[in-house]
Amino acid sequence: MSRVSTGRTAVATPAAVRTRIRGRRRDAGAIWRGLFFASAIFLVISIAAIMVMIGRPAIALFAQVRPWAFLFGRVWAPEHGLYGVLPFFAGSLAATGMALLIGGPLGLAGAIYLAKLATPRAQRVMRPAIQLLAGIPSVVYGWVGLTALVPFIRRHSGHVTGFGLLAAGIVLGVMVLPTFISLAEDALRAVPQDIEHGSLALGTTRWQTIAHVIIPAAWPGIAAAGILGLARAIGETMAVQMVLGNSPVIPTGLIVPASTLTSEIVLEMGSTPQGSPANNALFAMGLLLLLVSLGLIVAVRATRREATAGVREAH
Amino acid sequence: MSARRTDQIARWTVTAAAGLILLVLGYILGSVLINGLPVLSWHFLTSRSSNLGPGGGISLQIFNTLYIVIMSMLMAVPVGLGAGVYLAEYALPGRLTSLIRLATESLASVPSIVFGLFGMVVFVNAAGLGFSRLGGAATLALLNLPLIVRVSEEAIRAVPADLRHASLALGATKEQTIFSAVLPATVGRLATGVTLAAGRALGESAVLIATAGMSSPRYLTLDPLASGETLAVHLWAVNAENSLSDAARIADGTAAFLILAMLAVSLGIGWLARRLDRRLAGQG
Repeated sequence: MSRVSTGRTAVATPAAVRTRIRGRRRDAGAIWRGLFFASAIFLVISIAAIMVMIGRPAIALFAQVRPWAFLFGRVWAPEHGLYGVLPFFAGSLAATGMALLIGGPLGLAGAIYLAKLATPRAQRVMRPAIQLLAGIPSVVYGWVGLTALVPFIRRHSGHVTGFGLLAAGIVLGVMVLPTFISLAEDALRAVPQDIEHGSLALGTTRWQTIAHVIIPAAWPGIAAAGILGLARAIGETMAVQMVLGNSPVIPTGLIVPASTLTSEIVLEMGSTPQGSPANNALFAMGLLLLLVSLGLIVAVRATRREATAGVREAH
Repeated sequence: MSARRTDQIARWTVTAAAGLILLVLGYILGSVLINGLPVLSWHFLTSRSSNLGPGGGISLQIFNTLYIVIMSMLMAVPVGLGAGVYLAEYALPGRLTSLIRLATESLASVPSIVFGLFGMVVFVNAAGLGFSRLGGAATLALLNLPLIVRVSEEAIRAVPADLRHASLALGATKEQTIFSAVLPATVGRLATGVTLAAGRALGESAVLIATAGMSSPRYLTLDPLASGETLAVHLWAVNAENSLSDAARIADGTAAFLILAMLAVSLGIGWLARRLDRRLAGQG
């Protein structure tokens, strides 16, 4: 090694040195370019690996349990060979629906307030507050839900426990607020000012302009915000598990113990042996969640395209 | 009802809703801190958790949380930054680029419990590590990767073109320009984004329950293959197992500690952003 390098210095002319440095720069450049590209490709590999590793045990399950008996089976009793996840799927959908019912109107109002009504001073309070709401760990949401909300519901409803979809829906409704508000606010702000001014110049009140001009124009963006909120809610695990009561039956009311796909996975993933049908069924539930989330992303992309097309049309 | 009356009522309702959101935040922070702060004694913060009787602390969980968060950021930041550089500086519009973008968005939408299952099957089972800090941190890194990619790409795109042109005009190669002109100018935004991701990692639990596990080694060790229960996991586990008479007290204290850590991270983000803005403004 050292002999070669002394040999090189012996014949070094300024021109040779210059080309060599440039050559090295190019080599270094090529290496860095390769690393940047590899990092980007790593993302593609990761999502593919997740699908394969979650999908394989799921497919192993479907060799033993028919997919429709899995999807639409009403009884979850692994000890009897019954792997129906309809109770969990129904629980996930119901909890998510409740979240949207509670968080949607509240979040839309918050977004309208931030985008159109708040004074700069009020904005300086609201914005950090919403960021803090986003930063609270989901176990802490669950803990507050368990120690404050569930007892509150128990006291005021007369039910035995207070666990159930109502508690989960309220907790999730608060948890989706930050995602929903910040995206919906962006959508409201993206509406061109001239439309707003045009409406106000016609003599409408501020609210008439907001309700009849701005919200309709921003609707695709608001819908995209709602869908991302849904994605957040359906994948939420810990907070839901802590307030839901965890009973594997199709929910018959808002204040009865229920389960979701996520809460069931987290409860059983440590206690089922690897490769057993019960364990594979958890992966199949994970695959179901994954497919629903990916479907929601595709839906968001479609709504966003519509949103940009709408703004272009408006101009 | 006149249009003006409707206008008044509607504006009042919207403002009240915004107030309600503040109230909810205030209630959550207030109740967690009021219940939990009295628990946070020096003894609680510095003693080990106990599986047998009351009186356990959270010192091991604090250590595990720091360990796993730092390790996961060390894994996620280089890869995320690299992908961000690629997307901002090299990617040409086309099928490959849209595939990478779709992958990033999809990865961002994967529920954390699915990451948990993935980490369990890859690190705990296939790699045979068992519950380990390494497996937990790697899975957590994967969860945070899309956020870091997005922050990096936005930060790089926000760098003024003049800076690039000046560097290239001095004869620097594209890669030299990226390292000595573009990336230094992104430090502020990048630091904010990384802190945000670290804050998210701090409170994450669904990913870690079945990867880093729900126990800690008996003695203080830096071994990455040891299991490492974090604060958020502890808050859940102590409550789910419900074997300790003072489980609620420990959960209260852990929740308050997590909230304080979250507040510190948020204040840190604000401070960092202001400081770096001022520094950059001073230079500019």
